Amino acid sequence: MEATITITVDGRQRTVAVDTRTTLLDALRDRLAVTAPKKGCDHGQCGSCTVLLDGRRVLSCLALAVAHDGAEVVTAAGLDNDRLRETFLDNDAFQCGYCTPGQLCSAAGMLDELKAGWPSAVTDGEPTLSASEIRERMAGNLCRCGAYVGIVAAIQEAGR
Amino acid sequence: MTGMIGTALPRRDGPAKLHGTAPYAYEHDVEHPAYAHLVQATIARGRVTGFDLSAANALDDVLAILTHENAPRLEDTGNAELAVLQDDAVAFRGQVVAVVVAETPETARQAANAIQVTYDSEPHETRLRADDAGLYTPEKVNPALPTESSQGDVESALASADVTVDEVYTTPMEHNNPMEPHTTVAHWDGDRLTLYDSTQGVHPLRSAVASLFGLDEDRVRVVAPYVGGGFGSKGQPHAPVALAVLCARHLTGRPVKLAITRQQMFSLVGYRTPTIQRIRLAADHTGALTGIAVDVVEQTARVKEFAEQTATPSRSMYAAPHRRTGHRLAELDVPVPSWMRAPGECPGMFGPEVAMDELAQRCEVDPIALRIRNEPELDPDSGKPFSSRNLIGCLEDGARRFGWDARDPRPRTRLEDGWWIGTGVASSTYPVHMSPGSVAEIRYTADGRYEVAIGAADLGTGTWTVLAQVAADRLDVPVDRVELRIGDTDLPNATVAGGSSGVASWGSAIADAAGAFRDKFGTDPAAGDEASGRTPDLSETFAMRAFGAQFAEVAVHADTGEVEVRRLLGVFAAGRIVNPRTARSQFLGGMTMGLSMALHEQSVMDHRYGHVVNHDLAEYHIATCADVRSLEAHWLDETDEHVNPLGTKGIGEIGIVGTAAAVANAAWHATGVRVRDLPITPDRFL
Repeated sequence: MEATITITVDGRQRTVAVDTRTTLLDALRDRLAVTAPKKGCDHGQCGSCTVLLDGRRVLSCLALAVAHDGAEVVTAAGLDNDRLRETFLDNDAFQCGYCTPGQLCSAAGMLDELKAGWPSAVTDGEPTLSASEIRERMAGNLCRCGAYVGIVAAIQEAGR
Repeated sequence: MTGMIGTALPRRDGPAKLHGTAPYAYEHDVEHPAYAHLVQATIARGRVTGFDLSAANALDDVLAILTHENAPRLEDTGNAELAVLQDDAVAFRGQVVAVVVAETPETARQAANAIQVTYDSEPHETRLRADDAGLYTPEKVNPALPTESSQGDVESALASADVTVDEVYTTPMEHNNPMEPHTTVAHWDGDRLTLYDSTQGVHPLRSAVASLFGLDEDRVRVVAPYVGGGFGSKGQPHAPVALAVLCARHLTGRPVKLAITRQQMFSLVGYRTPTIQRIRLAADHTGALTGIAVDVVEQTARVKEFAEQTATPSRSMYAAPHRRTGHRLAELDVPVPSWMRAPGECPGMFGPEVAMDELAQRCEVDPIALRIRNEPELDPDSGKPFSSRNLIGCLEDGARRFGWDARDPRPRTRLEDGWWIGTGVASSTYPVHMSPGSVAEIRYTADGRYEVAIGAADLGTGTWTVLAQVAADRLDVPVDRVELRIGDTDLPNATVAGGSSGVASWGSAIADAAGAFRDKFGTDPAAGDEASGRTPDLSETFAMRAFGAQFAEVAVHADTGEVEVRRLLGVFAAGRIVNPRTARSQFLGGMTMGLSMALHEQSVMDHRYGHVVNHDLAEYHIATCADVRSLEAHWLDETDEHVNPLGTKGIGEIGIVGTAAAVANAAWHATGVRVRDLPITPDRFL
């Protein structure tokens, strides 16, 4: 069964027919040729598909496309945060680049959450932009190349 | 020379990767693709007796279902791992027995799940045992090394030694798990086949596919400009690429996309064999080794032999007059093992480097002093001089940076806030490889740029950046005048990105081409001038290896046994470093994977059914951002003119070698508990 939805992707309104079983990730990649979000596990276990959905970081492989008619999606391609890109490049915070779009969207979402005062499992008092807060909050975005040291440094720099 | 070699140039592929616009295999723009999904065997050994395809065929939009009954015949079935859908035999659980192609990925998956397969099942064996009656000695070990080595009389040395260590160490089955699942987009267009593939080598893959399907190589093009990690699992062709090509041949004219799932990666794209390592060391009371014996038992698959070279690093590490190494294999009903980052060295430096720590403990000698005491003058294996060997330099520099001198050698003496704290050290090593056969071409363009072309691969290793640096350096031009082209069989031949040989093999070819270009055209070339170069032959005068030392600080929770690696510091002697920025990432990345191996990684086989039960990233744990605290990589300035024209030794793999031993040694120092079986999980300490 198909359904037609309209979503805004990186500032552009797109109308598309999707199988009702289609995830937001597959709708983006297969139906709309928006391939910045990556498929690493398709089960919400790796973070490679992270996008900002109505402003919050979300695993697009766990979202059904039909459930998000009218939503606004921002991917790494449209992310308005060149500062993060700059600090990722400076700190060599990626190697193969496959997890990187998800890391960037997750980092942007995480910095907003921190700014809003949301606590994490390691928060003691007011949350600050410490390395341990970043490590904890980014633990859902796996990087098999092992660029974590650079990722933490890049986010800390960009968030200052 | 512009001095570009040695410059910390930021990654040239950075902007594309940081916008998510660098195309990986699945993402190339092909017209009107069809989607494939695999059906896997649910028995570990036996025969397929039939298929019920009715429910799958009843679905709209199913384009084809291929099984051994109707799949096109392959030309060359010599590599049984690639000889897919050619007969009814099932040799391991998870083997592909059918593939569905449909108009959408959802339908392909639904149809695959709707196929009923019946089997005639036979008893299977998937458990690796050191006392397996069927153990055999392979003719050689990966890539083509002698299975056994022997000098002197190691048994007598053990019998007469002041101090001995005789222990068994194990490493588990581990899966590479690059973030990008293996993907092929295959398209037959007329008589030409184009593959967009996640591969570590476009030319080797082309050769394999051409022979499998009986094609001339010039009719096959393989394209892979960006690869989402590989760690060896994309180094050799595996079954999915053959299946994608079969589907595309069946649906000629229609591109077929086959992206395997994370779960399928646990049975189809290789893994590291479990190893059982009996390590025996004989020494005098000062710790001077008189004997080293390493006997390894590991597994291979009934489908195809792969013999990991686990015992080989012990042949060159330490001096001892009496020594022996050997490998024995159990042929099991399991998926085919293959390369995983530093095959041989990575598992093979766990047992011996923990054993050295045990020897240090028994002789009451500092672990660093013990290693220095056993430094060989010549390579103990070949008798040749080392082209360079700076293990002692790495140990001493690392000790200084890490603060080793302040260490109390006694275990279980530091309890802080409920955590036992300890430190440990281990050596790293990796052989220097350079593969023959790569060709580079350099062409001067009308707008004053140098096009440098070679079919090399960048899996995150930095190839896009460092090969441009090599070209700029050797042409003596600014790097922004170099336009590098890689990852396509339309470019000159390149060898596989494996064995940490990329820069040595491809970079040397580029250096040769740059020299030829300047010889021919001087410094004022005309548009269209071009020259080519080749990888030179490897010197056989010297033993050539990179070395390193890794230091770990580990905390073990006194009540829960939770293990934290609080600090990890590595110092490497790996020849000339082309780009300090990307090189540091290679070392840190290897060490991170080593930390992951130490604490987490373990594929758990359910021997009743023959499959890996923790076959996803929720249950096969790899290190996350939260696991990696203080991590540092340093290197010695090492000049080695013998290894290759660039003086590089290869850095992609050595970072993972020795890490797990350093962590295990630190965990012993923290707690007094000697862990000889990876991973180092909390239950070991309770």
